Amino acid sequence: MSVTFPSVETHPVSDGIATSPASVNDLAIRVGTVNGSGSQSANLVLLRALYAMGIPCSGKNVFPSNIEGLPTWFHIRASAKGYVGHRLDTPILVCMNEMTAKDDVRLLNPGSICIYRDDFAEDLRTIRNDVQFFPVPFAKLVEQAYPPDKADKAYRDKLRKVINMVYVGVVAYVTGIEIEAVEAGIRREFPGRKAKAAEINISAARTGYEWSKDHLPDNLPFRVERLDSTGNQILIEGNKAAALGALFGGTSVMTWYPITPSSSLAEYAEDFLKKHRTGPDGKATFAVVQAEDELAAIGMAIGAGWAGARALTATSGPGIGLMTEFVGLAYFAEIPVVIIDVQRMGPSTGLPTRTSQGDVLKMHLLGHGDCRHVVLIPGSVGECYSLTIEALDLAQQFQTPIFVATDLDMGMNLWLTDPFPYPEKPMERGKVLSAEDLERYGQFERYKDVDGDGVCRRTVPGTEHPLAAYFTRGTGHNEKSGYSERPEDWKKNLDRLARKLETARGVLPKPVIEGQVAATVGLIAYGSSHPAVVEARDILKDQGIATEYCRIRALPTSDEVTHFIERHQRVYVVEQNRDAQITALLRASLPGSITDRLRALTHYNGTPLAAENIVRPILGWEKSPSGPGWPTGNVEVDNPDKPHDAPDISPE
Amino acid sequence: MATEATVLVQSNGHSFELPTLAFAGLPSTLCKGCGHNSITSYLIEACKAVGVNPYNTVKFSGIGCSSKTPAYFLQYSHGFNALHGRMPSVATGAALANRKLLSIGISGDGDTANIGMGQFKHACRRNLPLVYIVENNGCYGLTKGQFSATADLKAPLRRETGEQNTIPPFDLCLEAIMGGATFVARSFAGDKKQLLPLLKAALTHKGLSFLDIISPCVTFNDFSSSTKSWDWAKAHEEPLQEVGFVRRLPEIEVEQKAGETTNVQLHDGSWITLRALRHDELKVTDRKSATSLLMESNERGEFLTGLMYVAPDRPDFVTMQNMVETPLSRLPLEALRPSRETLQKIMETI
Repeated sequence: MSVTFPSVETHPVSDGIATSPASVNDLAIRVGTVNGSGSQSANLVLLRALYAMGIPCSGKNVFPSNIEGLPTWFHIRASAKGYVGHRLDTPILVCMNEMTAKDDVRLLNPGSICIYRDDFAEDLRTIRNDVQFFPVPFAKLVEQAYPPDKADKAYRDKLRKVINMVYVGVVAYVTGIEIEAVEAGIRREFPGRKAKAAEINISAARTGYEWSKDHLPDNLPFRVERLDSTGNQILIEGNKAAALGALFGGTSVMTWYPITPSSSLAEYAEDFLKKHRTGPDGKATFAVVQAEDELAAIGMAIGAGWAGARALTATSGPGIGLMTEFVGLAYFAEIPVVIIDVQRMGPSTGLPTRTSQGDVLKMHLLGHGDCRHVVLIPGSVGECYSLTIEALDLAQQFQTPIFVATDLDMGMNLWLTDPFPYPEKPMERGKVLSAEDLERYGQFERYKDVDGDGVCRRTVPGTEHPLAAYFTRGTGHNEKSGYSERPEDWKKNLDRLARKLETARGVLPKPVIEGQVAATVGLIAYGSSHPAVVEARDILKDQGIATEYCRIRALPTSDEVTHFIERHQRVYVVEQNRDAQITALLRASLPGSITDRLRALTHYNGTPLAAENIVRPILGWEKSPSGPGWPTGNVEVDNPDKPHDAPDISPE
Repeated sequence: MATEATVLVQSNGHSFELPTLAFAGLPSTLCKGCGHNSITSYLIEACKAVGVNPYNTVKFSGIGCSSKTPAYFLQYSHGFNALHGRMPSVATGAALANRKLLSIGISGDGDTANIGMGQFKHACRRNLPLVYIVENNGCYGLTKGQFSATADLKAPLRRETGEQNTIPPFDLCLEAIMGGATFVARSFAGDKKQLLPLLKAALTHKGLSFLDIISPCVTFNDFSSSTKSWDWAKAHEEPLQEVGFVRRLPEIEVEQKAGETTNVQLHDGSWITLRALRHDELKVTDRKSATSLLMESNERGEFLTGLMYVAPDRPDFVTMQNMVETPLSRLPLEALRPSRETLQKIMETI
């Protein structure tokens, strides 16, 4: 059988338009498929194969709020330099979904490769002529690999899934991913009982690979080669990492209500707890409740924390909204509880499957009246693990709600990381008095600041001593927890709570600061922006702009952040929200003389932050810092002619 | 032996004496004559009678007049005045943290039937071990007399000539039974004879013990045409049974007299004795029988009180968690962190 392919057409590249230069081990692949078609397995296989070849890699699922039918994309990145952030340009595009194929093709840089189904109604080659198009007879190839099985009623459904493994084979050939690594990845994806499925899928991948060998040019420009850079690293989602933090942080009561993108965190945690915290007699050292809503989830966690448990709940923005009143109560009544917010794009239902850092200020100030909370912000999956453990300790130590702020990008995507270390610090119990303590002290007042650090002593129910009991209330109270409306009592208590937060501020995770102290330009970022900032700093450096970088890991911010701002003329604050929430917080708390050094660099279209989103506005600012057309920092506004990643997927 | 000034308390296999003041609380700040105060005093009496250990008891409430009352009893017990309508969730968490606790939740009709209906019904569904008392006066006292969701159809607002309620009420006993509560009773703050044994039984039952207690609001809802007033309730109360509660006596002492008394044994060996006064067709262990009686009597406008439904054998929510015997809150911290080797093994599988 012979198939003719058009020769690769060249196209004069206009000035200033980036092309995709040939590369080795600097790969980005975008796969457009239909949600629910089983493409996730295929994409994970590609990722595992890259990982097995020792190439640092990451994968991102850009998916709709839908179970089946709407378009979904998977981004795979391999980078010898270890960059794992989102990349806007993808030199290799795989189109399995005709609905989005044309839009996806328009996004490509000249010189890119597009692999697509040859049975699309419209041939993509008519759209542009500066891209290499490889139409592949997927339907035919998959039936070759997995012949019709009349006995199997689910055959059609399975075929629809297996077809994805054909593109895995094609991509492997095109990019130089070893087919053996693909096979190993498939076996890993379909272990044990699924061995038969593994063989079918291996056959599909091989068919795609062999067909490509026969029909596609060799020496294609975007290739990977074996490296030795992944060592004993693991690939893990932030939600699984945080779930491990919950397990090793000693969570004893976890309550939750299903909400994307935090559900998988709670489900992983429940699985881990069941497996590793159940005794040989089947008895558990934990309790997990799927509550009726987030109000109940936080209420249960607070009740548990009050009664002496290490309590945790996980949610996302809308859940945080519902938890507001309870979090204010826990702040004021001083009850330990950990709340993990895997942020998604709001307001309202918003983009429930897209990422954002839109809740950070809300978490910090959640509640009515004067509320202020500790927020820990992991910048890696490793920190999703370690800061969840830290949060469980801080909650006990400071008897207050502690937030852990991650997001969909961090939580639901796969990231390469070193294996997690065992927590060396003993678990914190906080100032809990036993019956013996009470006997020794001869007195107990729940809200008296005995130690001068704003942190009072507490007792838990079940303490058999006449002095132990107190009445916990959200109403105004004096040191004995008695009802009080006296202005002195009220103010004294509120001031002590501020003092307690100040004590906490001193022990919270410090910012991570790296780069050149003498640099003019400072960069501040937090959370999942980190990988993009790392890459952006290298690009800026190549452009002659040296930077120092401060990654905030906790609110309220420590003095180091202030000092960092003080030593730079201009400080760009990278935020994945519209209103530059942390910039606003810093402006409100910094000495007035330095607040005008801050420039917010915001990204809020629902896609993960890419280095390009940071580099472009900073280059604009630094190279032409005034006059018309001065960049706003918003990549969409600053680049009106450039299409912005995901095309419209609305089903209407 | 307990003297007058002390109470013998039994707790997890050991017993000790506590001064009676351990069961008392602060003076009430509710209105004089409020039904809630009567309920508080009967609750104290019931706790003493069954030898509740205040150290192992926790009191919960939501928001409203009723929700202030946990400050007025069991001062040796921890209390938690939570949020409006959210008492059940807080009680759920505490019960999981410490499975040995006896939980008493005090709510009102607004706190439960309006803002808290969801959490109330889910607590019933889970059969949370909790004595859940609704002090039901058909109105919001603390915000000055607005209707609650238990106000009867055509009930006048605040006074004899007040605007009439146009929306039919929830029957909280029906809701509790449908929800899955395993001990459901209705009583009246003015009927000590019935309320006291019901409270004792509720404190002993392992599971959700729901008591809907008509408790007149003397300030906003105590006029003669109000079905939640002292006079109306006294005149119209129709007790279903003569209720008795017998603590852990040998079976022979409460031997059933056929046709007259129904005896129900609770998990710890105590007995509820019921001598039917009317509607002897009610089978208290049968959900269908209880709900149809309640629905029919509601249509007839009867004010029936007594034990409506009891299912002593359904496992409670905390038992179903299959937790270790030691309360989670008292586990040594080492028990909560898996070993270094476990982490290593997990890392190898990822």
